[in-house]
Amino acid sequence: MTVATKPEAIEELLHEESLTAAPAPEPSASTEAPKKANSLIIIAESGDLEKTWATTILASTAAASGMEVSIFFTFWGFMALVKPEKRTFGENWMQKMMSVMNRPGIDHLKLSRMNFMGMGPWMMGKLAKQYGVAKPGELLEMAMAMGVKILPCQMSMDMYGIKREDLVDGIDEPVGAATVLGMIADGTPALFI
Amino acid sequence: MAIEITQRLDARNLSCPMPIVKTAVAIKGLASGQLLEVVATDPGSTKDFAAWAATTGNQLVEQSTEGGVYRFVLRKK
Repeated sequence: MTVATKPEAIEELLHEESLTAAPAPEPSASTEAPKKANSLIIIAESGDLEKTWATTILASTAAASGMEVSIFFTFWGFMALVKPEKRTFGENWMQKMMSVMNRPGIDHLKLSRMNFMGMGPWMMGKLAKQYGVAKPGELLEMAMAMGVKILPCQMSMDMYGIKREDLVDGIDEPVGAATVLGMIADGTPALFI
Repeated sequence: MAIEITQRLDARNLSCPMPIVKTAVAIKGLASGQLLEVVATDPGSTKDFAAWAATTGNQLVEQSTEGGVYRFVLRKK
């Protein structure tokens, strides 16, 4: 095992599991090896405004270039999938408090640096408008219209106490890490943003 | 030789990635071999359109710049 590419490394890991009888990742290893070369999965984890911007720019451009694209929204990144008009969420006090401290929705993201209590994002919005830069929300909509699959993380949804109806329309069913890893094992390159 | 443009797209005053995204959407409506003309003001678009054409297999037939406006003619694959 020298310079194994990511998918191979993951396949090896899967093979090392005690599941001796399960030939799960077999198909990709056989004749159709490069079949997923024209696809991309982005793991949107940070939830930061500028990184979510990068995620939506890459996803929409990849879709425009004919690639099969998915975005897995997890942890803080998950907040981008909550309807922007949804002010709070959660069932217990911790979840409710978290939602108050961290307003959900793709229109309410914060910069990882220079946020300055919202001054940073406000200025970014102004500049974006001036220079004709589409905002993350518009880009995500555009990406979805071009067939980008939006995968919400089931675990994040449970942990934050967010319900399916709190999420924006047009997205796929919630999934877990295994789905993402399955795609990577099949040869889809992954970006962790 | 005059070339027949089937459709025109105005992507001026739009920044990355919108010129490419709009081009991709526009070219979907064309038949194979038809031409799409795009005008843009994003200086990055000169490289981006060449890269996009190479990725998608659509052909960048013409490319010119005039007064800060970049013009591209693409032939649908």
